[in-house]
Amino acid sequence: MKNRSKESVFGMCSRRDFLKYCTVMAASMGLPLAAGERIAEAMTDPKRPPVIWISGQGCTGCTESLLRTSHPTIDSLILDLISLDYNETLDAGAGKQAEEFMDRSVEANKGKFVLVIEGAIPTKDGGIYCQIAGEPFVKIVKEMADKAGAIIAIGSCASWGGLVASDPNPTGAKGAPEVLKDKAVVTIPGCPPNPYNFLSTVAYYITFKKLPELDKLGRPKFAYSRLVHENCERRPHFDAGRFAEEFGDEGHRKGYCLYKLGCKGPVTYNNCSILQFNDVGTWPVRCGHPCFGCSEKGVGFTIPLFVEADIKKDTVFTPAATPAGIKYERGGKVSGTAAGLVGAAIGAAAGAAAVTVTRMKSEDEK
Amino acid sequence: MSEARPLSSRVITVPFILGVIVILLAGIFLLKRFIYGLGSVSGMNDGYPWGLWIAYDVNVGTAFACGGYAMAILIYIFNKGEYTPLLKPAILTSMLGYTLAAVSIFFDIGRYWNMFNIFMPWHMNFHSPMLEVAVCIASYVVVLWIEFSPVLVKNPGVRRMLKVEDIEEKLNKVLFIFVALGMLLPTMHQSSLGTLMILAGHKLSPLYWSKLLPLFFLICAIMMGYCIVIFETSVSGVAFKNTHEFKLLTKLSGVIPWLIGIFLIMRIQDINARGALSQIFKGDLPGNMFLIETFLLLIGLIILWKPENRTNVKKVFIAAFCVLLGAGLYRFDTYICGFNPGNGWHYFPTAPELIITFGVISVEILGYLYVVKRFPVLALPSKNK
Repeated sequence: MKNRSKESVFGMCSRRDFLKYCTVMAASMGLPLAAGERIAEAMTDPKRPPVIWISGQGCTGCTESLLRTSHPTIDSLILDLISLDYNETLDAGAGKQAEEFMDRSVEANKGKFVLVIEGAIPTKDGGIYCQIAGEPFVKIVKEMADKAGAIIAIGSCASWGGLVASDPNPTGAKGAPEVLKDKAVVTIPGCPPNPYNFLSTVAYYITFKKLPELDKLGRPKFAYSRLVHENCERRPHFDAGRFAEEFGDEGHRKGYCLYKLGCKGPVTYNNCSILQFNDVGTWPVRCGHPCFGCSEKGVGFTIPLFVEADIKKDTVFTPAATPAGIKYERGGKVSGTAAGLVGAAIGAAAGAAAVTVTRMKSEDEK
Repeated sequence: MSEARPLSSRVITVPFILGVIVILLAGIFLLKRFIYGLGSVSGMNDGYPWGLWIAYDVNVGTAFACGGYAMAILIYIFNKGEYTPLLKPAILTSMLGYTLAAVSIFFDIGRYWNMFNIFMPWHMNFHSPMLEVAVCIASYVVVLWIEFSPVLVKNPGVRRMLKVEDIEEKLNKVLFIFVALGMLLPTMHQSSLGTLMILAGHKLSPLYWSKLLPLFFLICAIMMGYCIVIFETSVSGVAFKNTHEFKLLTKLSGVIPWLIGIFLIMRIQDINARGALSQIFKGDLPGNMFLIETFLLLIGLIILWKPENRTNVKKVFIAAFCVLLGAGLYRFDTYICGFNPGNGWHYFPTAPELIITFGVISVEILGYLYVVKRFPVLALPSKNK
């Protein structure tokens, strides 16, 4: 027991487990092994920058997703690893007390803290459709963003509007990058996003004091540079043209590709097929449900669930994302013209030879 | 006495214009191929990634272009100087044939813009016969042009362009290196063209697949090399009324039956050793093609076997023509007719694909006609005689 207390500097998790966690996190971002130690150092630094998490037009699903992390568990996560100073769902205090604590933390860590925005930002009618402590959410976001060191929009709503920005969008909901046009906003889209993509981004920022490499939509490249389709476990079925045609049919029971049931994996950039969810190695496609493209703007909440994705061939460097098909042309058509040409060629060769032979004879006779 | 002189006749003739029309047609289809991709003009597919362009233009075409190689073996290795008058035209056909084979590879490569990578040493896979063929053919094209250059620099126009007075002497000093390379390189890649199809394994009919494919392809290339010299000298002799070299041909034809004999015995015994002889009379495509090839080669063998037949130019020509067809078919069938990738794949060249190949052949013929009329290639009777 004595021995354990010596080791358990990090609440419920042992030092060994903690280092392991940091190393795994470094590996998932494609960083060298030594980066794991640096992450561990930065995350146990008492002066590490806090995380302020504000929620707007969302379902709190992103927070719920964060609560499902098991390595580390949520208690050691918010108490020991990242310094989560404000989150409306998890705060012990409420009302004025909570707001005051947040203001104090923001002032003390001005220019250093990580601002996390969850949920879309309503902008219609001065943003009155979502207010916190009597203030429109859009105003809070803008004020906080000015003081933050880094801004992370978690979930599809905060990234590009998500469900709430779907037609007819009565509240004029927008994603954080659209509201904070002059600021660099990291987006972690998904409904919900994988919590480890979020934690890895925060850990990277705290450790290296800069943001990880982002794509043009502000998504960290370590998580969003590949299509779900590219590493999907059902991909071989797609390539071979084996598809589930409807839910519960033979192909569906055999685990065939879900493309024809409306899977948006071929048009959605995310790492679900590699990282998977809930620490038990599962994700929608493994459960037999097509990906609906929750993290991709213009796909999730926009294209109907069972409509086939429009497969694009946007790169010449990876094999095109087209199915081989069940029945396709296997060549061997003999066109009349081609056959005629072959005949003509043989005829021409034989003719030339024959002419040469006859002329040779006449030469000899001379 | 004879000397090498340009033929003093017009270049623009009716056959020449017909050839130009074919080349223009081929050019249009090539444009389509380079803009819209291989699928738009060719009948190639995932089962048959190698079609007419590789099987004929490269594989058979380079064998037809082995005249220079075969004659060089005879003249330089067996020291038969008397055949020298046949060497220059043979090297000319080799040069044209190989250059166009190399160009044809370019048509066939889907992502042709990546092709330069093959010449980057750090990208080379030294276990690949394809690399061997590619690098070897590319260097042999250069070697052939250098081997032929003494003829080219005899033209006053070319000399004026180069502005080097003693170019001939300078060339003669280094030419032996290229003659030696011209021996080595075809030996390497003509056998490697066979190696490529060893890799096809069970996809190739047992009548064609053999571990000896490289050797068969090499013998085949040499055999075709001598026959093409006979063919080309006869046709150009008749066309240009220059029967001067015919007596050399009758002498040259003595080598061919030995080569055919060795080839046939080895090939049939090889099939027998693998227990596949019964496949010959199966009545399927590979079996029938085998019969046609062997029949054509046997005609050549039987005609040329008798010494008295070898003194008759006409019979020698017919024999050479049959051997060219038979051996050419053997090489073609190893790539196409004997090849079956399974899964119901089929291949037949499309009309545009064929026209592009005809265009390539036309360029070769017109190139030959132009060069012999403007450069001293053919040995003609001396003017002062």
